[in-house]
Amino acid sequence: MDQNDSVNISRRGFIAATAGTAAAITAPLQATAQAATRVEATAAVNVEVNGKPHRLQLDTRTTLLDALREHLHLTGTKKGCDQGQCGACTVLVNGRRINACLSLAVMHEGDRITTIEGLGTPAKLHPMQQAFIKHDGYQCGYCTPGQICSAVAVLTEIDSGVPSHVSADLSARPLLSNDELRERMSGNICRCGAYPNIIAAITEVAGGKA
Amino acid sequence: MKSFTYERAASPAEAVQALRRTPGARFIAGGTNLLDLMKLEIEAPLHLVDVNGIGLDRIEPTLDGGLRIGALVRNSDLAADPRVRRDYAVLSRALLAGASGQLRNKASTAGNLLQRTRCPYFYDTAQPCNKRQPGSGCGALQGFNRPHAVIGASEACIATHPSDMAVAMRVLDASVETVRPNGTERTIPIADFYRLPGRTPHVDTNLEQGELITAVTLPRPVGGVQAYHKVRDRASYAFALISVATIVQPDGSGRVAVGGIAHMPWRVAAADAALPDGAGAAAARLLAGAQPTAQNAFKLPLVERTLATLLSDARKVAS
Repeated sequence: MDQNDSVNISRRGFIAATAGTAAAITAPLQATAQAATRVEATAAVNVEVNGKPHRLQLDTRTTLLDALREHLHLTGTKKGCDQGQCGACTVLVNGRRINACLSLAVMHEGDRITTIEGLGTPAKLHPMQQAFIKHDGYQCGYCTPGQICSAVAVLTEIDSGVPSHVSADLSARPLLSNDELRERMSGNICRCGAYPNIIAAITEVAGGKA
Repeated sequence: MKSFTYERAASPAEAVQALRRTPGARFIAGGTNLLDLMKLEIEAPLHLVDVNGIGLDRIEPTLDGGLRIGALVRNSDLAADPRVRRDYAVLSRALLAGASGQLRNKASTAGNLLQRTRCPYFYDTAQPCNKRQPGSGCGALQGFNRPHAVIGASEACIATHPSDMAVAMRVLDASVETVRPNGTERTIPIADFYRLPGRTPHVDTNLEQGELITAVTLPRPVGGVQAYHKVRDRASYAFALISVATIVQPDGSGRVAVGGIAHMPWRVAAADAALPDGAGAAAARLLAGAQPTAQNAFKLPLVERTLATLLSDARKVAS
């Protein structure tokens, strides 16, 4: 996706929509879609990333993940599968964890985004970062920023009493058990298989026995 | 991804009008399914109308003692709502069995209902698929069809509906509230919301083009022991091979709906009526007319055995 420095919605190129996918899928729209033109557009979005406000003018196709990595050069957030299956791109949006690859940047007007770079610094690590190091919660490290962002959000969710698939009682306070943490972290894949150490790190930060 | 123009709507009326006036436009809410499909160019809208700013993000009591769930309530918030956990436990359980924590934070109630099948032939643009490209054929019929439908399928399509939430909505007799492109509102019972594939598998629901879901309403609580059991290839974060939702009353009467076996959440009145006679009787009625393939015939006994487990659990809770 190339850079685009135009203002507001720009009409750089007019590409006639073909009778391809769009027309075939949205059958009732077929006639109109064929007649319409496909426009390469940009749009502006204001976001706060790790405490700093940014105004970005982006190709509308830019995902939040690509905006962070390619436009703000915050490469801590990783691109794994780019389709919401691996969790390497997990960031916090207004305190809640999401997959940054499955969100358009322009949909985040006014949002407060925290990436791994905003959780801690090499000089002052977040307790979860410190615990991952202590417990050796990674091997290659590629999934680690997503694991850590996800883990921070998991503890917030447990604190707020949000139940999970393995909670025996929907109305009781969720436990800080191995089963609970594994279920809640299931959206973050680690192909090196550091799971036991990841769970140990999260358990320690949560105040349980490591 | 194909290029598209983008706008943010400020109200449901504005969103519906924006879609109506722009050719090739689509609504986008959570986007967790639409964006995935856009990256593969299975969906290629010319214009996106972002509905995240139109309100509809609250869960409110209705006058008749039920709940009205705004279309944009996120799956995680719906599952955690104290009223849902207490009175509609089957819905919380179904939501928590679906996707991952990250996806549930983003996915909306309406978007969950409208998610497309996870049939691998639908996703693979090198393969024929009547749902993706009408008339191109079905790769699954003679191909890999272990996760596919065992009932209600057609010669054009044997895809299943992937939603867990929709199975709970079906067993709870939910209704879908919408605004049509002409501005009028209507309420569609969940039983009439989805379609069987027939010869038009590319049409998943009975919504009109450009119709916007505004809410899903639940009738007043029916009590009973409510459960949702999902059987899948992994313990977490996988789509269902089959799933069973039950509401069982102390006298043994109840309701059952099944996911992962058809193009829609599957519920049969005669099966509900047969629940007091046990899982075998109810499953026989649920699955009457089933035409499984050699690869997915295992789903028939799996439905019966899962139902038997849930009925047995319900008896234990009741006693």
